[in-house]
Amino acid sequence: MILYVIAVGLSVTMGLMGFINLAHGVFAMAGGFILSYSMERFGVPFPLALVLAFASVSLGSIVLERLLYSRLYSAGELAQVLFTIGLIFVSIALARLVYGTLTAPVFLPDYLTGQVHILGRDFPAYRVFLIAFSAVLIFVLWFGVERTRWGAMVRAAVDHRGMAQSVGINTKRLFMLTFALGSGLAGLGGALGADILPVHWGYPLEHLVYFLIVVAVGGLGSLRGPFVAALLIGIADTACKYWVPELGAFLVYAATIGILLWRPLGLFGVRA
Amino acid sequence: MPFVLQTEKLCKSFGALTVADAIDFRLEAGARHALIGPNGAGKTTFVNMLMGAIAPSSGRILLGGEDVTRISQSARVKKGLGRTFQITSLFRSLPLLDNVALAVAERRGTAHSMWKPASSYEDIIQESTELLATLGLADDARVRVADLPYGKQRLVEIAIALGLKPKVLLLDEPAAGVPSEETEKILGTLEKLPSEIAILIIEHDMDVVFRFARRITVLVQGQVLLEGAPEEVARDRRVHEVYLGEQQHG
Amino acid sequence: MSGYVADPRIRWPEWLPWIVALAAFFLLPEYLALGARILIFILFALSLDLILGYGGIITLGHSAFFGLGAYTAGILSAKLGVNDPHLQLVAAAAAGAALGLATGAVILRTKALTLLMLTLAITAILLEVANKMSSVTGGADGLSGVQVNPLLGLFKFDLWGRTAFLYCLTVLFLGWLVVRRIIYSPYGAMLTGIRENTARMHAIGAPVYWRLVLVYTISGTIAGVAGALLTQVNQFVGLNVLGFEISGELLVMLILGGVGRIYGAFVGPAVYLVAQDYLAKQFPEYWYFGIGALLIVVVLFAPGGILGITDKCLSFFRPKSSARASAH
Repeated sequence: MILYVIAVGLSVTMGLMGFINLAHGVFAMAGGFILSYSMERFGVPFPLALVLAFASVSLGSIVLERLLYSRLYSAGELAQVLFTIGLIFVSIALARLVYGTLTAPVFLPDYLTGQVHILGRDFPAYRVFLIAFSAVLIFVLWFGVERTRWGAMVRAAVDHRGMAQSVGINTKRLFMLTFALGSGLAGLGGALGADILPVHWGYPLEHLVYFLIVVAVGGLGSLRGPFVAALLIGIADTACKYWVPELGAFLVYAATIGILLWRPLGLFGVRA
Repeated sequence: MPFVLQTEKLCKSFGALTVADAIDFRLEAGARHALIGPNGAGKTTFVNMLMGAIAPSSGRILLGGEDVTRISQSARVKKGLGRTFQITSLFRSLPLLDNVALAVAERRGTAHSMWKPASSYEDIIQESTELLATLGLADDARVRVADLPYGKQRLVEIAIALGLKPKVLLLDEPAAGVPSEETEKILGTLEKLPSEIAILIIEHDMDVVFRFARRITVLVQGQVLLEGAPEEVARDRRVHEVYLGEQQHG
Repeated sequence: MSGYVADPRIRWPEWLPWIVALAAFFLLPEYLALGARILIFILFALSLDLILGYGGIITLGHSAFFGLGAYTAGILSAKLGVNDPHLQLVAAAAAGAALGLATGAVILRTKALTLLMLTLAITAILLEVANKMSSVTGGADGLSGVQVNPLLGLFKFDLWGRTAFLYCLTVLFLGWLVVRRIIYSPYGAMLTGIRENTARMHAIGAPVYWRLVLVYTISGTIAGVAGALLTQVNQFVGLNVLGFEISGELLVMLILGGVGRIYGAFVGPAVYLVAQDYLAKQFPEYWYFGIGALLIVVVLFAPGGILGITDKCLSFFRPKSSARASAH
């Protein structure tokens, strides 16, 4: 489910802006680091640290977007791929310089550790929390996209950018805000998931494939897609590791290839 | 006389929006046929379906009597169907000669050969140069398309299509976007096209249509309103209301 | 560069790389190991340029072919006792071709992100397989014990890397001839057409899909050979030959040199590997930073890479012939 929180932002920004942002994992990593640092150094409580992660990554991404990303909107896929790879390299180098090779320590608050008793079985409290959080998130996002004016504009722009512009929607500002939201969500996801997906300097590269799988399989520009995809991947991964551990992540990759061949636009892809 | 191109009840819908509604269309050999209609009537969609760029929702397309509805675009081209694009679609960073030579090479079946250098294929180069010459473009053979004025680029569109020696040619607004001084050149070229080729031209410019076409089909909201000789169409009141009337007002 | 108006004869500047390489052989004997590595990556970059610079296929998974070739050669020797270098090369080429054909046929029906994604997934699968099948591949420890018999029965691989260097140079030379032929042929012109305007290519009757599958297969073959060379020279295969880092680094090398113009594949790896050899040892943390920053700068300000910049410099001195032609 962490994958979902991180990847949904990517799905929207890629679907909306058509920009192949491979560096999305960088924002997740930043969120994780911010959470860890603020909690460790300044004793910030967990919920506040989450908000801090979201907000600061959002703001940071706006700066990046205005300065760099926006120059490449019409530059073609290769340029975007190269640029974001460059961004990944720069970030992991910076992370290594600043944080060394250690993973960021995470201190979960007491009320989220331990087990929770539901329906007669024990579940790790944190995982339950994550699932609940993701469910709330998807509801909030759905509400935001389907019911608010901002959401309508996003949907219009995803469906037909030129048309949206001629109707008077300020696509530049829309892109910027949506990008900030998407990246902020990534930061939040990285922070939330810091316990499960350890945050360290190699994070953006290590999980790049998974983020892309979730987005590509789920379908660009959709909100439900990455949710379903993340769910499928989580299940497949766990099932595989349980029953056929020798295969490792093989099943996930093979399933990805299969799904993408059957539905090249992803399960819920929007024809951009 | 068998028709070189024919559609039977061709339909296309995007969700709830129907852009083509049971279109029956026939093109004779050597035809000079125009397809007109107001904006959004579905003309370009129709051409895209004929070419195979879009799949129809239902109906059949017959090329030379053969059902090609399921066949890919490149296969239809090999059977003699050619097109030009409304918005110029050329190989912009390549010289003019290459643009045409690519088409000629495809037709001759040598495009996939990897051994001899391309510039040694003198027959292809000669044919391409001659083709350019008939359009008055021979001097620009080595110029990059991107460096040419738009009017000449529209001519290159036609040159590439001719390089395929098509039996049926679909021209999508050949004079679109061209400054009026240069339209004459394009019209002259169209008039000199070989008479064996069946030509379907989509146009908005009524002068071009009435000068060039021997038959006209009027398409409105995906349906064929009328098909007939130019005089018939010009006289028809419905056409005036729907189409020509629109031009008077707007 | 390619096309029907291009002159296919080899111009004198095209002999420069070979002259430089031979000069390096005689003048810089201590650097022959680095030199062989550069030559191998040039071959690898050429294979990528073929599909990326000419065919317009964006891939992050080219290391799949490289790694497969490397492991084929390694397994043949270390596990099956086949030490003949020529056989190893042929086997690696065949493996690369098979993978190229199989994966190309499957993924080239898709575009852009989906295609990119699939190239990553395929490489990830191969990496997983190599990791898990440690009895065959040596797993995370790598495959050692690779032996290579003397070339043509005569030239043994010596400790100073002299044979290795000349061996790689020869294979690269042959690969270069092949790639150059393809690019100047009608097929090469057609590839450029696909890259420039795919829709147009469909409209002139080109079976785009099959043509791309073919070039992808050829590219895979060449990349597989490059991988085998690496194994033969190092007499070792590690998991990193299948990693994303190598795919990414290759992309950087090619962009650095200049895409879509054969010699970018020569300049890029040379500059990158020399710089890496010198700088990465001194300042390892800063290396990735520098490369990342360089990539960003190149993308934003110099998309033609080094050769693009030299082009611009040279055009200051050459008469503007294209301006003359378009003046009428």
